[in-house]
Amino acid sequence: MNRGKGWLEPLFVFLENLGEIGLLTWKTLKNIFRPPWEKSIFIQQLEEIGVRSLPVVSLTAAFGGLVFGLQTYIGFHRYVGPGSEAYGGPIISLGLSKELIPILVGLMVAGRVGSAMTAEIGTMKITEQIDALFSLGADPNKYLVVPRTVAAFFMLPCLTLYGDVIGMLGGFVYNIMIMGVNSSIYLKNTLLYFELWDLITGLIKASIFGLIIALVGCWQGLKAEGGAAGVGRATTRSVVISSIVILMVNFFLSKVLPASLSQ
Amino acid sequence: MIRIVELHKSFRENHVLRGVNLEIAKGETRVICGQSGSGKSVLIKTLIGLMKPDRGQIWVDGVEITSLSEEELFKIRRKFGLLFQNAALFDSLTVEENVRFGLERYTNLSPAEIQRRVKEALELVGLRGVEKLMPHELSGGMKKRVGLARAIAYRPQIILYDEPSTGIDPIRADAINDLIIAMKKEIGVTSIVITHDMVSAYKVADRISMLYQGKIIATGTPDEIRKTVNPIVRQFITGSAVGPIKEY
Ligand SMILES: Nc1ncnc2c1ncn2[C@@H]1O[C@H](COP(=O)(O)OP(=O)(O)O)[C@@H](O)[C@H]1O
Ligand SMILES: [Mg+2]
Repeated sequence: MNRGKGWLEPLFVFLENLGEIGLLTWKTLKNIFRPPWEKSIFIQQLEEIGVRSLPVVSLTAAFGGLVFGLQTYIGFHRYVGPGSEAYGGPIISLGLSKELIPILVGLMVAGRVGSAMTAEIGTMKITEQIDALFSLGADPNKYLVVPRTVAAFFMLPCLTLYGDVIGMLGGFVYNIMIMGVNSSIYLKNTLLYFELWDLITGLIKASIFGLIIALVGCWQGLKAEGGAAGVGRATTRSVVISSIVILMVNFFLSKVLPASLSQ
Repeated sequence: MIRIVELHKSFRENHVLRGVNLEIAKGETRVICGQSGSGKSVLIKTLIGLMKPDRGQIWVDGVEITSLSEEELFKIRRKFGLLFQNAALFDSLTVEENVRFGLERYTNLSPAEIQRRVKEALELVGLRGVEKLMPHELSGGMKKRVGLARAIAYRPQIILYDEPSTGIDPIRADAINDLIIAMKKEIGVTSIVITHDMVSAYKVADRISMLYQGKIIATGTPDEIRKTVNPIVRQFITGSAVGPIKEY
């Protein structure tokens, strides 16, 4: 194929990248079911992605919940009238668990963990450690990509569930403790209209975000070149790409996943 | 055992290998020398499939490896041990874990046997009591020797040494020469040794080949090379700035 400098160039680059990440995804999915499994790296990654993200997730979820509670309060107060604020409970829970918390967790973990994956694997690439893996007959995909991808797939929903609890608490704290909304109506409405499916939708999204973060992070790391500056660029790209993809995929998932299972 | 036919490899405009032909017999120790940047490292990386050549064939034990699938390549690579020019140790693993890496994953040895082999490999390269250290705690020369231990630990049939003595003091370097000779005598490995160090080359080589401008321009026993009339080889082995080689 003649890849001249024409205006089609960006399209080719885009398709090439799409092909690369597609191939990596396919290889990784195949390798997940093939021994040997790298258990110690997997456990290490569970800790890195899960446990070590707790502080960041706690803070973002708490403030996300607070501000969501704040605007919902204003909304009800203004459009429905004083006294109706307690109906905000289910809206806060729904918005947080389906959208805000999965996205906040996804973006935070992309920044925290996705970037670290790219930096670590990218450094291994430019110092020939990836070549060394190959030379020992070890598949970098199995050794590096699989444990990270599986760990992210399981850890993101855990973080999201945790973030849901914190976020809803934030919404509750703002409405009940700060604005003095009637807590029994707030809770009754929440329990009445909030569905388990709302929670599950958010967890499904989070798993998919986990796959995106790990696969993009590893992909950028494995193709890093050009010394320390190259690793820096790859790390930036990794965070930007996975953040954008998370937001786009989130919209389509919101559209595709049923809004409720009870209708 | 190893046969390379008309091998070409370029990076963009940089035509590094321009038709390399090389044949290495089983059990032979072949030294490849050549200027820095002449493509020696690229040659051994294509040989074990870390880089895909643009053209040409590479035969290893009767198998043409440039057309193999990724899966098949992983199996072939386990015949090889490669000492990287800059060691390329896994920097998140200890020395011991580095050396154990291949043994643990691709052999059925018991943990005790692995332990013994690791110790033996480290002793062969003259290292003791470093098992628990991390690579960043080692000197350059020590890293290189750990890299060598990692390459020989699982007893490959073919060992590729990329500048084994560069960055190592002369006494250690000579100990590595002895190690290369011992691996050949005792285990019968086939070796390719890349080096600029002609003293070491004469000592370990069965035959020496010189890579120049992307081709093997001369091959011979140490004696033949020492007495060569080829002006390019002469200039290189005598280490003279005066002669037909102008770019350096
Ligand atoms: N991964 C790579 N990408 C681009 N160029 C490379 C790469 N590896 C090696 N080269 C180029 O190939 C040439 C030969 O390099 P090398 O094989 O490392 O030389 P040496 O004989 O010193 O080992 C050099 O000009 C180098 O710039
Ligand atoms: Mg080299």
